[in-house]
Amino acid sequence: MLSQLVSALGVVVVAVFACAAYFYFSNKLLDMALPVKDGDIRAASQNLNRRSVIRPWLFLFPALFLLVVYLVYPVVATVILSFYDRSGAEFVGFSNYQWALGDREFRQSIFNNILWLAVVPAACTFFGLVIAVMTDRIWWGNIAKSIVFMPMAISFVGASVIWKFIYEYRGGNATQIGLLNAIVQLFGGTPQVWISVPFWNSFFLMIILIWIQTGFAMVILSAALRGIPEETIEAAVIDGANGWQIFWRIMVPQVWGTIAVVWTTITILVLKVFDIVLTMTNGQWDTMVLANLMFNWMFRGGGDSGRSAVIALIIMLAVTPIMVWNVRRANRELGGK
Amino acid sequence: MTLTRDFFKIGPARLFVHAAVLLIVIIWLIPTLGIFVSALRDKDQIVVSGWWTAFSGSSRTVAARLGQVDQQKQDGPAYVISGNVLDGQEGRSINAFGTRVAQPSAYKAGETADLGDGLTLTVNEDGTYRYAKNAAFGPDDGGRRVYVSVATPPEFTLQNYRTVLTGEGIGQSFINSLTVTIPATIIPILIAAFAAYALSWMEFPGRALLIALVVGLIVVPLQMSLIPLLRLYNQVGMLLDTPSKTYPGIWLAHTAFGMPLAIYLLRSYIAGLPKEIIESARVDGASDFEIFTRIVLPLSFPALASFSIFQFLWVWNDLLVAMVFLGTDRDHLVLTGALNALLGSRGGNWEILTASAFITIIVPLLVFFALQRYLVRGLLSGSVKGG
Repeated sequence: MLSQLVSALGVVVVAVFACAAYFYFSNKLLDMALPVKDGDIRAASQNLNRRSVIRPWLFLFPALFLLVVYLVYPVVATVILSFYDRSGAEFVGFSNYQWALGDREFRQSIFNNILWLAVVPAACTFFGLVIAVMTDRIWWGNIAKSIVFMPMAISFVGASVIWKFIYEYRGGNATQIGLLNAIVQLFGGTPQVWISVPFWNSFFLMIILIWIQTGFAMVILSAALRGIPEETIEAAVIDGANGWQIFWRIMVPQVWGTIAVVWTTITILVLKVFDIVLTMTNGQWDTMVLANLMFNWMFRGGGDSGRSAVIALIIMLAVTPIMVWNVRRANRELGGK
Repeated sequence: MTLTRDFFKIGPARLFVHAAVLLIVIIWLIPTLGIFVSALRDKDQIVVSGWWTAFSGSSRTVAARLGQVDQQKQDGPAYVISGNVLDGQEGRSINAFGTRVAQPSAYKAGETADLGDGLTLTVNEDGTYRYAKNAAFGPDDGGRRVYVSVATPPEFTLQNYRTVLTGEGIGQSFINSLTVTIPATIIPILIAAFAAYALSWMEFPGRALLIALVVGLIVVPLQMSLIPLLRLYNQVGMLLDTPSKTYPGIWLAHTAFGMPLAIYLLRSYIAGLPKEIIESARVDGASDFEIFTRIVLPLSFPALASFSIFQFLWVWNDLLVAMVFLGTDRDHLVLTGALNALLGSRGGNWEILTASAFITIIVPLLVFFALQRYLVRGLLSGSVKGG
């Protein structure tokens, strides 16, 4: 057991050395191949030019190699595979797409994903904003922020166990040990198996993601709120605005750009949500989402790469507008420099 | 003291903010607290009472027998059998007692119960009892069964942790998780830092395009990569005659999947370093390699720290990549995978689930609280990443 850990640490040392050695020797090699001697000024300056053309690519090579093999090539390959049969051997045209349109489970997943997209980013952003505004006003705000931020460090699987315990249901006359059912009982309600209640069960899964992600929204929005000039708010106070008006008319419009960033970031996360559904219900009781359906088809009945690829492409398609927006924003920032 | 501050400090509004934040903090903390407390409780107590009652102690109904007839003593007109129902259990106390199983708490401790036929019974808090009859006890009166509700003080145990670490394979999974996480956190940093330097301080055609590509790739869903890479791994495995699910395989996968964010974060930091430092080093004849290792790398420590925390949390908490590229056999099962498997096989055994969950989340939580500053800084500079 420990030897495994030692070998992992060994790998770290070797990898760091190999990496350093690659950069060091490839640069040395370049300098040797294109020497800059004192005598011949023309050849020297020519070699210097060549060096500066080649060197960036030496620096970039390992990163680009990994990006191409693990991200660029798979995107292309997934598009191609979506037109092939389950084993990826035979071209089948659009039949995988046709299957998806007619499949009940697929449509259920699309519906659920839309539900998740409608609720989770909005809830996280709203709670994040409200908590950020409130914690900025009290002396122990940083402690409160730390606690709301803490679930960010917890894995989705861990969070699922935590919340499954809250939703726990005991049949018969047994004492309810799940907090939710105990509270329901306290107020005279009937305990339920929450994660199998039709339609509403998806919301019980969403609460987990909201619990995790609100801290993220809060941290980013809190930084943005602190960037609002004091004078603006002071002016509003002098004009007789109340807290509610200050929040909606002064603060929210000023951090609108940040809200958009937070919203889109959480949207991408929601589109990829997988672990929570897998551990809580594994898609039972109509809680299936695209990422889980895709994963299931990767292995279901020996695996169907065609159908799986179609589902992955749908997720990709949903992400694309945000991707374009991000690239544009990054380009604008670069251009501004 | 500014006007704004004053505005929010006015009486009830301020009090409301304090109360609201307190409520939010409690709501956010309680779920994790439930796991933490339950993992320390006795496994029999977990299923009979909510974890929130753990601190107040619980009461259990215990059956006991009163003394035999030959112990009876005459006390004035009455005959008395006395003793202690809590024999050998020091430090406990009795809340109530009863003589029928359906009503084990019919009488409060210290009360005298009239059992009919001239029989009375008093059980005190400390367990001593006085069983009396107005005549001599008959042969059928001996060894009578009584039920007492015993208050058990809160009991906490580390037994659950011992069970999961050794018996449920969580210990092995912990090692596996470390084996995956350490290289997959450190290897990408160096590769990304070199690329980030090239993208910020070296001139070459296509630079803007590459930066755009990196930004675009940040949000590409993992799902797009899974199928082609799984096929690629299988082919490479067959070609080299090795298993397709190996540690090096997952190190590379995590390195690659973390690469876009790593380059993006590091580039925005490295590009912001003062131009004068780098240009004066160039004038002094330093090569790009020297500038990078001697100047840029040490100066970029905050950005490197931010990214490594991100990558650490992401790799440690990942389930999908581990399931696809590392598999789920015992020598390869990471903590998240183990927890997922336990949810299936031990669904009702909360003492095992809570203890395992706590072991899974404790390392990232420690990292989180120790290095929160860097994490926040990273978030603020890299908020285009989708998680």
